[in-house]
Order: sequence, then structure tokens, then C-alpha cells
Amino acid sequence: MPCSSTCSAGTDNKEQFAKLQEVIERYKGTKGSLMPVLQEAQGIFGALTLDVQKYISEALGIPLMDIYGIATFYSQFTLKPKGKYKVSVCMGTACYVRGAKRLQDKLVEVLGIQVGETDEEGRFTLEATRCLGACGLAPVLLINDDVYGRTTPEAVPGIIEKYRKD
Amino acid sequence: MDMVKVIIDGVQVEVPKDSTILDAARIAGIDIPTLCYLKGINAIGACRICLVEVEGARALQASCVYPVSDGLVVHTNTPVVREARRINLELILSNHDRKCLTCVRNQKCELQDLAERFHIKDIRYEGERIDYARDELSPSIVRDANKCVLCRRCVAVCASQGVSAIGPVERGFRTIVAPAFDMSINDVPCINCGQCIQACPVGAIKEKDDIDKVWLALQNPDLHVVVQTAPAVRVALGEEFGMEMGTRVTGKMAAALRRLGFDKVFDTDFTADLTIMEEGTELLGRIKNGGKLPLITSCSPGWIKFCEQFYPDFLDNLSTCKSPHEMMGALLKSYYAEKNGLDPAKVFVVSIMPCTAKKFEAQRPELSATGFPDVDVVLTTRELARMIKEAGLDFAKLPDEEFDRPLGESTGAGVIFGATGGVMEAALRTVAEIVTGKPMEDIEVKAVRGIEGVKEAEIQLGDMVVRAAVAHGTGNAKALLEKVKSGEKEYHFIEVMACPGGCVTGGGQPIVKAKDRMERDPREVRAAAIYEEDRDMPLRKSHDNPEVKKLYEDYLGEPNSHKAHELLHTHYVARKTY
Ligand code: SF4
Ligand code: SF4
Ligand code: SF4
Ligand code: FES
Repeated sequence: MPCSSTCSAGTDNKEQFAKLQEVIERYKGTKGSLMPVLQEAQGIFGALTLDVQKYISEALGIPLMDIYGIATFYSQFTLKPKGKYKVSVCMGTACYVRGAKRLQDKLVEVLGIQVGETDEEGRFTLEATRCLGACGLAPVLLINDDVYGRTTPEAVPGIIEKYRKD
Repeated sequence: MDMVKVIIDGVQVEVPKDSTILDAARIAGIDIPTLCYLKGINAIGACRICLVEVEGARALQASCVYPVSDGLVVHTNTPVVREARRINLELILSNHDRKCLTCVRNQKCELQDLAERFHIKDIRYEGERIDYARDELSPSIVRDANKCVLCRRCVAVCASQGVSAIGPVERGFRTIVAPAFDMSINDVPCINCGQCIQACPVGAIKEKDDIDKVWLALQNPDLHVVVQTAPAVRVALGEEFGMEMGTRVTGKMAAALRRLGFDKVFDTDFTADLTIMEEGTELLGRIKNGGKLPLITSCSPGWIKFCEQFYPDFLDNLSTCKSPHEMMGALLKSYYAEKNGLDPAKVFVVSIMPCTAKKFEAQRPELSATGFPDVDVVLTTRELARMIKEAGLDFAKLPDEEFDRPLGESTGAGVIFGATGGVMEAALRTVAEIVTGKPMEDIEVKAVRGIEGVKEAEIQLGDMVVRAAVAHGTGNAKALLEKVKSGEKEYHFIEVMACPGGCVTGGGQPIVKAKDRMERDPREVRAAAIYEEDRDMPLRKSHDNPEVKKLYEDYLGEPNSHKAHELLHTHYVARKTY
């Protein structure tokens, strides 16, 4: 079985753990160090995965359970890294009246994930954004830096397909 | 102690200065309802069932966390108070599955007690509920989040055990108490101590029920079904039948087991005595030969898993002795089977234990000296009570009967294993006599009794001083081990029991409700019964047990012999936490 997206153990993230170690050393021994360490860890890894939390738990001597409780309590933290492609629909007023909601529903259907979620493969993360200021192109679909203006739900499968290839 | 005067519902009472309103009200004879509060464990003011009106305060206050002060005026029974408490309870009930008929805590549930006391007639709010899957993967602990009232009593007790296997997760409507990362409690560092079950007011955490396996064995004519009972069961089982806490029911218990259909009713106290012979010899051997010290006891499987997970450096300090019921199992399938011409494959061993961790222990592959598991099924004290009720036995009316011989013979030293400090005391009674050649002047070693978290004693044995320490509750054990690790303390012998109070308040014992815990401490009341049991025994030192002597003469040779090692000793492995 291939390594799932939640698993960050491996050889390619030695650097990230080295950075985390630096952060921990900076905060170690100071009171209330857990929140800033978690924030920086999320910045380094993009998510607080089991391995990241285990590492912090051992380094700070705080039970994993307590860390996990905090990581799930505050919405700023996520347990799963974001997908390779960030798919977002502008939910500004102009886009909304021009059918952004229908566009989003279609994306939910095609990607098989809810807004805020990442698919199993770690390829797509579906998000909602505020007005992008491209109201003339409403409704706007954004995939990473690619902008798709005046998109219809019917066009969604074709667009997504392009990003499934590589 | 400094006292202050407070006025509760118009009555003035003098109470200790450090009381809460809840404590003060109890002194005044007023029973304020509670749910999340558990004396000595949890005082977080979360459920708001214990609200009262405090004159001068703006809002209603949670009495379980509100400290008294001189001249404080409190009202516990106004319409506003009653209505606020009721709404809070109704909100909890609206999120609850309310399947009482099939619930392990039916008629023993603190939530039911509250619903009855507030005479709730209908649930006015119907909350949206998430349906959680039951977690049944652990051989010891079953979690059912649908019944959880989020009181966090289990979370507090698990943290005080130094484990923190469960905790609050997510927020708002989605909040649950669970292990991290949606894991089963079987896959996290839970040590199966069952203290969370003791703490839970409802049926959200319970033991894995193995009763059906025992009924099946009992109706199988090919099996020779043998039962053994741990020391602590006899001072608690009666509570399940409405008897006073601390009632001794040794004889009735033996009678009940016989009537349930067990072929032989033996006593784990016998192998407790045997443990003293093996472990005492091991201790003297290590002292004499410069072996690994301190020697640490190994009777408590919750402690063993704790040590394997968090203190692997101490694995060589653990006594290699199996826990007493495992020794009994191994002997039943070897010595006893051989003597009675039984096929060990057909000997079925049931252990009645005050303990949920022993269910996990019984599954350890290394505990199968004869090629079969030493023990087939472990039932808790609570499960035995359920079987007795199911069979329709009128427990109070049963006659007092004896254990069967030879493996039902025991001494007072065996029975005190049930209370914290008991293994240490029993060991000293025997070791002293071996070393000095004469009995101890006073065999009651008071220094190691009682509920102090860590107890220490120095005992002069001839020209040798034995330094001993006793810890109960793995949180206390952790504190003690840290001192040993840092070199701050040095001992020859340490006793550790995973459960606070030792086995008398093990995770499998009758549950004492929060309200009763405010009145008396079951650790003390049940331990007192254990020490009475000891005092009433004609023999009180393990090495005086005639059947233990005979076992060595006929079969094992001498303590720590090759044969003894094969059957009665084991080894440990470091375990990962996640
Ligand atoms: S926990 Fe109590 S109220 Fe809930 S179903 Fe069980 S017995 Fe009923
Ligand atoms: S059994 Fe013990 S270790 Fe496991 S969750 Fe309950 S209190 Fe914690
Ligand atoms: S499992 Fe029981 S003790 Fe733990 S929070 Fe839920 S109701 Fe309270
Ligand atoms: S808030 Fe006092 S018992 Fe829950």
C-alpha cells in the first residue's frame, strides 16, 4: 500500500524535523510553549500529522492526547496536509449571484470531498474564498494560480481532469 | 483547622475554611446534586448541575468549585436554582442515547439518579445527535461515546494515572471524549486499569463482558471448569447485593461459585503465598549476588504495561514472577491436571478478579506454560455478581462454605495482597524469618499500610537493612521511579499496584458512586476488611502454608528451581505508546 497522505514519516522530511527541533529548542522550558510550537509546526509541515504530534509530545513531555485535543479544538490547525492543488470558488457577491454555489456543489460531486477537505490521494483540497476582485469574470474558479472565469458546472469535470494527469 | 461560619438555606454551620459550598452543604445535611464532580479527582465546574444562589454574586454559581468564606449566605433550593439545574440536566439528556434497558449501568447510573431526583417527565429539547461506533477492540475496556455526558471524570483519573489515553477532542457540538486520532483504546497507551470505569457516572466506559464464555464452558460436559478468586473480591462482592461497603463474603462467594457449577473453587491467595516464596527468594538472591536492584513487584498487569511502555529501562528490575492468578492457571494445567489424571486441554480456568487489566494479561502469548493459556477467562467482581443474579441465587441467604483443597489453602499473608502495601508486608513476614531464623516481633508492618501515595519503610533484618517503598496508582509509581532514576532515592524492594488503593479499588470492583465517595473512601473501608480477614486467619505467613510446602516437596523442588521458573515466571517486552 502506498504511504497515505497523513503519514509524514519517511526520508524526505528530515529537514522539516530539523526545523521543528530548532523551534522546540527555542521554546523549551518556557511556559505556554505548546501553542506557538504547534503554530510553527503547522507552518513547517502544513499540518499536524500523527508523526509531528508524536515528536512534539516526546520533546516537550506533554501527552499526545493533550496535544491532539488542542489540535482539534482550534480551527487554525489541521491534521492533514493540504492537497497539491488548492481548488477554490470565489464566494463574493458577484460570483454568488452568478451561480458560484452551483459550481461549488459540482466540485463537491466531482472531487468527492466537502469544502475544507482534502482527498485521500492528497491531490485536491477544496476551499471557499472571499471576493478575489475579479468580479468581471464571475463566477470564478481558482486552481492554485490558474484562474477560470465565467465557469459553468458543466465545464468542471473537464477542467479537473487536466489536473489528474500528472 | 481554621473554621468559618456560613449560612446555608437559613441555617448557620461552621465548616473548615478550605471547604467548597458543596462540602459545606453536606455538613449542613443538604445533598446538592452533582455530575462532573468526583472527590479528589475532578472539580472543574463543567456540568452546572450543582448550581446554587450565592448572595452578592451576580449569577448562579457551581457549588463544587466555589470556596466558602466567612459570612457567606447560600440558597440551594430556590425556584431559580431548581429551574436552572433542570434545564442543564435536560440539555444533557437531550444529547444522550437513553437506552437504559440494555445499559450496563441500568439502575446503577448517576444520570438516572438525577433524572429521577429532578422528576424529569419529558425531554423538552431534542438535540441533534451523532451516532458513534462502539469501541470494542480492547480485551479490557469498551467505550460507548453515545452515553458520554462529557463530565471528564475519566479524563482526570487517566491523567492522574500518568497515562492520558483519553481526552476531550474537537469542539462544540462535535466534542467527544476519546483517544487521539480516532484510534481504538486498544491502540493507545491505555494500561487497562479500568479506573476510568470507576470514575464514569454512566455506561460510557465499561469492561469487556466475558460472561457468555464462562456459561458456555460450564455447560460443556467435556471441560473441567475451575475457578479462582482474588483476595480483594471477597471484601467487595457483597456491595453488588446491597451489603455495606467492607462486608466480608468469603464463604458466601465460595458457595455461590459452587452453585454456578464450577467443578472446583480455588483461592488465588494460595498462589499469593507461592508468589511470596518465589519473589522473596528472588529478592534475597539479587541482594546476595549483586543482581539488579531495586526489585519491583509484578502482580499488577496494569503496572506491568505501564512499565513496558513508559519505563522500559526498568524491565530488568521487575520480578520475573507471574501474577498470582497466572501462577494458579499454570499449576492447574500441570501439577493439578497430572495429579488428577486430567488432560490439560480440558481444564478450563476462570479467574474472578477485581481487575480489568487481567483480561489483557490473560491474552499475553508468553503466559501459557503448558502450551495452553494459563488462564482462559478473567471475569471482574461485577461480572461475577451479574452471573449470580442471572442464576437467581439469593446471595445473602447462601451458607458460608470453604474453598476446595489443596489449592484453596492460604494464609493471612496471601489475603493482604488485596490492599496497597500488602505484597510488601507479606514478603517481609517471610523474608525476615528466612534471614534471621526467627519470626518478626510484630508481623503487622503498619508503615506500608494506608492510602498515602508513596510509603517507605526501613526494616532491620539481622545485620541487613532492607529499604522498601510502596506506590499505588501509576501516577505515584511514576513519581517514585523518577526519584530512583535520578539517584535521589535507593531501595532494595518496591511494590507497585496500578490502581490507587491497590486491588480493593481495582477497575473491576463494584462501582462506588460520586455521592458515596464524598462520605467514605472505599480504599480505606475495603482495606480494613482485608486486614480483618488476615487477623482471623490461623496462619498468617506464606511459608507456613502447608499446601505450598507440599507443592515444593512433591513437584517444584525449591523456590526458583528450574521447574518453578518454567511454570511460574515470565519476561517482559518494551512496548511503543502509539
Ligand atoms: S448511562 Fe444511564 S441514563 Fe444512559 S442509557 Fe445507561 S443507564 Fe440509561
Ligand atoms: S483503563 Fe486506565 S489507562 Fe486506560 S483509559 Fe482507563 S484510566 Fe486510562
Ligand atoms: S466517558 Fe464517562 S467519565 Fe468520561 S467524560 Fe464520558 S461520561 Fe464522563
Ligand atoms: S459543575 Fe459542579 S458537579 Fe458539575
